[in-house]
Amino acid sequence: MTLQKYIIGFVGSLLLTLAAYFLVTNNTASGLTLLLILGGLALVQMIVQLVYFLHLGDEARPRYKLASFVFMAGILVIVVVGSIWIMNNLNANMMDMTPTQKDEYMKTQFDKGF
Amino acid sequence: MSVAVEEKARLGRTTIGFWVYLMTDCLLFASLFATFAVLRGATADGPSGKDIFELPMVLAETIILLASSFTCGLALLGIKSGNLRQIVIALGATYVLGVAFLTIELSEFAKLLSEGHGPQQSAFLSAFFTLVGTHGLHITVGLIWLVTLAAVLVRRGLTAKVSRQLTLFGLFWHFLDLVWIFIFTVVYLMGVSV
Repeated sequence: MTLQKYIIGFVGSLLLTLAAYFLVTNNTASGLTLLLILGGLALVQMIVQLVYFLHLGDEARPRYKLASFVFMAGILVIVVVGSIWIMNNLNANMMDMTPTQKDEYMKTQFDKGF
Repeated sequence: MSVAVEEKARLGRTTIGFWVYLMTDCLLFASLFATFAVLRGATADGPSGKDIFELPMVLAETIILLASSFTCGLALLGIKSGNLRQIVIALGATYVLGVAFLTIELSEFAKLLSEGHGPQQSAFLSAFFTLVGTHGLHITVGLIWLVTLAAVLVRRGLTAKVSRQLTLFGLFWHFLDLVWIFIFTVVYLMGVSV
């Protein structure tokens, strides 16, 4: 925990934020490529702040903070990715159906035992 | 055990406990992010992110919050060196920046509401207000906590207890900035580009 570390964290985060912002406003990339780059920049900034602001790397063993963070991240990924996956799947399969068709679709799925 | 060693052990225990709370708070935000991601397209013929988000203002919010996270770090460095003046100035800057952030956010909410784009208009707006509003609520709580700590600090000086609580506040504030990066990216930047 030194001034130097905080300055690295601050300047690093600032640069990453501006990079993401101008990538969007200048239409440099689009579609899936843009989403992946934006996600990547956010993840890098998360690591920068975890290390330089929240001092996650400075911990002495046993690393309880790191362990609980990794556990939380696992659940977070399951909740977020799982929700998006399931709901997109439902949308793709059912959004074009009429209500009667939906009932029938659910009935056949139920008979299959999901 | 000497007093200094005991105090250090106590700070370690308290920090881990508070850290675990922050992790559960992360999961709260995770569920709100998941909800937002699923409902982002459900605009019910109302506006989408592209129509209502003003990116320059959001960039200003982001930089202000990042700067306040940095000044908060300066306050924590002040604790380490026992420099009361530095702590008070840095906390003051953190407070001013935090209030500026909250003011921009509330003016954005007020504008949306006055144009009829409240949370009741579509599932997308409900999810948007819930996610961003929950973060704003955390910032509000943080600011109240900050004022309380500053008052105790000025009255009693830099006691072991105040230092401990300031350290926890620092973690809380850095954590809120971390959550905001994802709101900035997922809600605003991705919301405008897709």
